[in-house]
Amino acid sequence: MGNRTLFEKIWDSHVVHREDDGTCLIYIDAHLIHEVTTPQAFEGLKMNDRDVRRPDLTYGVMDHNVPTGDRSVGRAVYETEAVESREQMDTFEANCKEFGINYFDIFDPRQGIVHAMGPEQGITQPGKTIVCGDSHTSTNGAFGAFAFGIGTSEVEHVLATQTLLQKKPKTMRVTVDGELAPGITAKDIILGIIGKIGTSGGTGHVIEYAGSAIRGLSMEGRMTICNMSIEAGARAGMIAPDETTFEYVHGRPHAPKGEDWDKAVAHWKTLYSDEDAEFDTEVHLNAADIPPLVTWGTTPEDVAPIDGIVPAPEDFADEGKREAVIQMLKYMDLKPGMRMQDIEIDRVFLGSCTNARIEDLREAAEVAKGNKVAKGVKAMVVPASSIVKKQAEQEGLDQIFIDAGFEWREAGCSMCLGMNSDTLSPGERCASTSNRNFEGRQGRGGRTHLLSPAMGAAAAITGHLTDIRTFKAQ
Amino acid sequence: MDKGRSIEYGAKMQKFTKISSVAAPLERSDFDTDQIYPKQFLRTVKRMGLGDYAFYDLRNDPDGTPRDDFVLDREPYKGAQILVTGRNFGVGSSREHAVWSMMDLGLRVIIAPSFGDIFFNNCFKNGLLPIQLPQEQVDEIMRSAKEQPEAEIEIDLEKQTITRGNQFTFEFEIDAFSRDCLLNGLDDIGLTLKKSVHIDTFEEQMKKERPWV
Repeated sequence: MGNRTLFEKIWDSHVVHREDDGTCLIYIDAHLIHEVTTPQAFEGLKMNDRDVRRPDLTYGVMDHNVPTGDRSVGRAVYETEAVESREQMDTFEANCKEFGINYFDIFDPRQGIVHAMGPEQGITQPGKTIVCGDSHTSTNGAFGAFAFGIGTSEVEHVLATQTLLQKKPKTMRVTVDGELAPGITAKDIILGIIGKIGTSGGTGHVIEYAGSAIRGLSMEGRMTICNMSIEAGARAGMIAPDETTFEYVHGRPHAPKGEDWDKAVAHWKTLYSDEDAEFDTEVHLNAADIPPLVTWGTTPEDVAPIDGIVPAPEDFADEGKREAVIQMLKYMDLKPGMRMQDIEIDRVFLGSCTNARIEDLREAAEVAKGNKVAKGVKAMVVPASSIVKKQAEQEGLDQIFIDAGFEWREAGCSMCLGMNSDTLSPGERCASTSNRNFEGRQGRGGRTHLLSPAMGAAAAITGHLTDIRTFKAQ
Repeated sequence: MDKGRSIEYGAKMQKFTKISSVAAPLERSDFDTDQIYPKQFLRTVKRMGLGDYAFYDLRNDPDGTPRDDFVLDREPYKGAQILVTGRNFGVGSSREHAVWSMMDLGLRVIIAPSFGDIFFNNCFKNGLLPIQLPQEQVDEIMRSAKEQPEAEIEIDLEKQTITRGNQFTFEFEIDAFSRDCLLNGLDDIGLTLKKSVHIDTFEEQMKKERPWV
């Protein structure tokens, strides 16, 4: 005792059984499920006459494949979507009912992207092990939980046993100290981290984010950071819980109540990395050095400062990377040396589990207020959840966006992955607050630049990538 | 559900002992699961018969017309059971469809310098063997796959070796538990259910220590 990391404390308290080769069976406190990565898992259960061990610890929501058009029209909202999409959601509903699992369908006021829903409902809590068949489950680590994405076979394993077989990952601490410059957001921090350690820098590790710049972030900002841990190759990211965390969790539907709350907080206060804890890898960043960042390539490590230029293949030491850069520049239709701010865009997507919570929408609305979306640009706002949407409407943010010419849509994953009808057309270039700029991610042939919500809104107004520090209304 | 359907549905875990096959070279790094299995095909509720969707954008024109120039569609790589590729293969989305579709194409082994974590785990659950080797060894296998495309490579899981005639033999690492499951085609859910007593005990303890969970 006295020399364990935050991660090790949570891991140790969840080991159910240890195999001879070190593989551990760990207990899962919360299993979040959605319509896309579960049908085959439920089918597997049925094939083998197996039941769901803990339906009470399993929480369902529809998000990936949902239409984001006006849902007040009822099931007619599905008309924009492929028939299989509706069938997939009907299958999800039937499975949840059959196995006694609570779920939110698209008409439920609590519906939203699964990683927004968990925290909003108070399901996400410090010290919990949380899994979901989605790689961005790492978002939930912002609360000091060990949260990670799993495949469908593992979903089936958790449904049947409430446990998972895991190798103990290595630990990495990323410390960001100092003061952020004005206009710099959590998105810039995490893009800066991925730019520094690379898309495989965190492979095999759980990352703990620490330092004064991380401590100073709201829960929304912390979720943005942990969300993109997977983009650095890590399965999980986490931040030690503190008063900011407790305040966010308190009073939510699934949060501990009464005496349990006091007991829980007492336990949560023990969840931090001990002073003598050793990490396998340590990384340091100075907050003051982080500029507003935007991606230029097709992996999230390909970032450049907004006042910088598109790099050339010969700027990279690694031969494999040089070849990849040639391919990326071709796909992205960019020339080395081009100013990032000269890159013109066709679409703007303010959405996703990375950056569509209330704080993100406030920052974007601040920029959009009184301005107009540039001619020829199509911009859309897709709140992370129906709760965020409602709150934004109460604050009048929807009207700011609508007046500026943005589409104001219903909650879901939407164009982050383009599973529903919200997609880019070939060649279209999009400024996106989401998490992946992979080839074809937002639509075949589509080109994605990842950035913060404020920078996304600024790009919508000017029609090109824009430095938020010098942005002025047209 | 009718258990007779399990063939169509897919016996989940295919045994793996030894295979011999040509190796198809895919010279790309950071090849993510979105590219292996594009989003529009995620609407399926099946896990069998997804092979046509694997590497879809590379194998079909934008209007859906099949091309024939992707490495796995070209002789002599067509039907290859081994894919050799660059670092960070299978990064990104957790979609297990990536594994299912590759297996449906006939692939049984992926050789790369590194893998996305979730993809790596997903492979073992289905009987696809991901082999991580040092870059120099991957380079040599890649070279061999390109220069002598018809030469077969033998993968022996029991011995943990990759052999190409008398040209090279490389040893690879795999943890004992995953190896055992692959060699015997074991269903790990069945194995865990045999440990239910441990889970029961854990839950009893949890009720006392963390009653709010």
